[in-house]
Amino acid sequence: MTTNALRMDKPVEESLLDTGVQGIIGKGIERIDGPLKVAGQATYSAEYEFPDLAYGFLVRAPFAAGTITAIDAEGAKALPGVVDVVVDLKTFIRNPQQGGETGAPTQGVKDVAYFGEPVAIVVADSFEVARDAAQLVSIRYEPTAGVYTFDDHVDDAIKPPPGSMPPYHQQGDLEKAMAEAAFTVDNVWRTPSQNSAAMEPHASIAVWDDDGLTLYGSLQMPSSDKQQLAKSLGERQSKVRVVARYIGGGFGSKLGISPDTVATAIAAKAVGRPVKTVMTRQQVFDATVRRSNTQQRFRLAADAEGRLTGIGHETLCSNLPGEGYFEPAGQATQFLYGGENRIIKHDLVELNRTLSGSMRAPGEAVGLLAQENAMDELAEAIGIDPVELRRRNDPAKDPQKDVPYSTRSLTRCLDAGAKAFGWEQRNRTPGGRREGDWLIGQGMAATTRTNMLQPSEAQVSIGPDGRALVETDMTDIGTGTYTILAQIAGEILGLPVERVAVHLGDTNTPPGAGSGGSWGAGSSGSSVYLAAQALRDKLAKAMGVDADEMTLKDGHAIAGNRRVAIGELVGDGITATGSIEPGKQEQETTQASYGAHFCEVKVHAVTGEVRVTRWHATFEAGRILNRQTARSQCIGGIVFGIGTALTEELVHDDRDGRIVNHDLAEYHVPAHADIPPMDIVFLDDRDPHANPLQAKGIGELGIGGAGAAVTNAIYNATGVRVRDYPATLDKLLEGLPAV
Amino acid sequence: MQFTINGQPYQAEADIRTSLLDLLREHLSLTGSKKGCDHGQCGACTVLVNGRRINACLTLAVMHQDDDIVTIEGLGSPNKLHPLQAAFVKHDGFQCGYCTPGQICSAVGMLDEVEKGWPSHVSATLNDPDFTDEEIRERMSGNICRCSAYPNIVDAIREVADAREPVRAEAAE
Repeated sequence: MTTNALRMDKPVEESLLDTGVQGIIGKGIERIDGPLKVAGQATYSAEYEFPDLAYGFLVRAPFAAGTITAIDAEGAKALPGVVDVVVDLKTFIRNPQQGGETGAPTQGVKDVAYFGEPVAIVVADSFEVARDAAQLVSIRYEPTAGVYTFDDHVDDAIKPPPGSMPPYHQQGDLEKAMAEAAFTVDNVWRTPSQNSAAMEPHASIAVWDDDGLTLYGSLQMPSSDKQQLAKSLGERQSKVRVVARYIGGGFGSKLGISPDTVATAIAAKAVGRPVKTVMTRQQVFDATVRRSNTQQRFRLAADAEGRLTGIGHETLCSNLPGEGYFEPAGQATQFLYGGENRIIKHDLVELNRTLSGSMRAPGEAVGLLAQENAMDELAEAIGIDPVELRRRNDPAKDPQKDVPYSTRSLTRCLDAGAKAFGWEQRNRTPGGRREGDWLIGQGMAATTRTNMLQPSEAQVSIGPDGRALVETDMTDIGTGTYTILAQIAGEILGLPVERVAVHLGDTNTPPGAGSGGSWGAGSSGSSVYLAAQALRDKLAKAMGVDADEMTLKDGHAIAGNRRVAIGELVGDGITATGSIEPGKQEQETTQASYGAHFCEVKVHAVTGEVRVTRWHATFEAGRILNRQTARSQCIGGIVFGIGTALTEELVHDDRDGRIVNHDLAEYHVPAHADIPPMDIVFLDDRDPHANPLQAKGIGELGIGGAGAAVTNAIYNATGVRVRDYPATLDKLLEGLPAV
Repeated sequence: MQFTINGQPYQAEADIRTSLLDLLREHLSLTGSKKGCDHGQCGACTVLVNGRRINACLTLAVMHQDDDIVTIEGLGSPNKLHPLQAAFVKHDGFQCGYCTPGQICSAVGMLDEVEKGWPSHVSATLNDPDFTDEEIRERMSGNICRCSAYPNIVDAIREVADAREPVRAEAAE
């Protein structure tokens, strides 16, 4: 079979998406999986049927730190309908794995490390019996000393190993820059633990047969999840298949396998039946993954004209002992603004709390809160417009790596956004605009998200019926992958999307990038591009012409005065594999998407209640593959940012680290009434350094800076600076203007 | 027990602890209704019982003898979508799709409540309030969408509601 492989060592200056004439790329084409989803016919992980299916229910430690001495399951086993209580303290995983890792996560649950850690699983004939029986399992243990409070242990923080960025970076002399600066900002921001709260709880169905294990799981990255699961179980990779065709949201929480994945596989093997385990909402909060709380000292030094001479961003975050993952809050600080004297640091406080890991835009989502609030404070100190301050600090090249930006659109986004929003007409005096009981304020913030490329493969075939099939274990977690892959293949092969089928989320097909880090479209899309390019060459050969002399449109190949149906050119069918991997381009250029948020809030003059009333955002992310799904992704990110700004906060009990508000009634994600209409504009661009699509990541672009725009608007409305997120009304009341 | 689901008579035996949602999903292969929280906090399980929208996770199956239940599967199929289902696709009123059946069932029930003239928390008058977008947002706030398709959902519901307006006017005559 033909493989068309590309390593991104050089820019791809000419894209087949510009020369294709099908005219579907970029259009706001309706999701091809839409009819199934709105009719309730899309099959999510817990919805596959098997004869003799048994139900699993996780049994969890009712303590936060200790060593299990005995698990008494006799009472549970005596309950009619209980099949077994499966205990495997050595093989159960302590916590989920981080995204993209190929080894097992921390394994073994005899020594419990956080409250609610899953330590056993009940298997029963029905869900009701399994749930009931789980309450009858009693766990005996020797308590050990746990570390639960963040503030008391910041002095014990350790330097974590490198993650998506180095934990420490230093250049020049920031202290000197601060001392000599005309204007400075030096403040501390705090953000709480958060939960992705994807609507579909983590779920697994495990089925063993002669070929090994098939695990239907709500997992974002099947190809690495398969490796994690195989390692955890001690099975060969060839014996494990992961299926994840539809996923009810992930936002990072389903990047790696979770405790239900391994427990369900072990249980199914033990009882010799397929087993289904769906986490309860409380289990999702307690025993999957949170975004770490952070404490961020952010410093800015500027000269008399407002040009930055120094930036300091020192972050403390938390994780379970030995986990090492840190929230890379300084990710965007590395390249968003200039300033030659720099300190970026991340330190980790080890706590007995639920694992921390990736949640939508790890790093930028909380780092840009501090950075974009600090820029607002600096603009005020200097007495210039916050948009103008950002324009003055838009560097010509990456200030740390000393390499060019692949493309750079910050100022264009700022200018276009300010104009569309009517930024010039705003009230400039904090607390100076009141309408009835409401104080009105406007705020803005910049956003950026690092663009990443991951190795990804896809297979595309065309049958004698002239229809194409795209196959890869890439996932669509709501991101629009099904649709954009059909658009890419259709554009290159001259097929309307109705004639392109896309099969995703099955590790029996070529390994895709998985969904995470906003890399899905660029990575998986490029693999489909490359496979389609190879098929286009085959079609040209069948036509007896060079590919560049042939036009593919509406299911026909057109060249040399001939128009032939594509199905007639493929014999029994043709197939090709496309394979993309990152190359020198990611070292030789700094690649990112950019944007600018502008919003209006009203703050109740008496109660401090905040309502977001208007939003405009302008974004640039290279080529936009589907205007409608891209817009939806950006809106989704912004709404996450509004939640971050106003309501979202996991509360840990100081006594045992447990998450007190572990459900959707107490952990407040935005609801319909919290969200105003959204005006979203994309600046059309191309990034030839990113990938052959010339497109950059967009799934996490909206969240960056969005929360800071809200708090900057709150300051404009009230004169109150909130640096301790979320900006709940108790933090505003004291500082509100006299009524 | 017996009941009508999506116009079809059904007979089932259920554990007294089985919620209506689990009956649908685990016993009757009607998995369109989703379980997001099992506590009535997210709305993903919304179905119509005797024409009213309810959270199927908060009610036991045994309470529904002889009831008329409509789930997302009863509103339309992929090849023959209900107008709200079609409007959700057109306006991209979803991303992952998991809250979507609940949003759509909820919207069906909500539009019926509006038609009956029921007020909401944001209504300016108690009788036959104006059906503004603010009303849609308020009345749909029991259905959480973490992908946050909220503005698109409002657009989808608005389009369907506006298309129904003349029909209602005729009925009033």
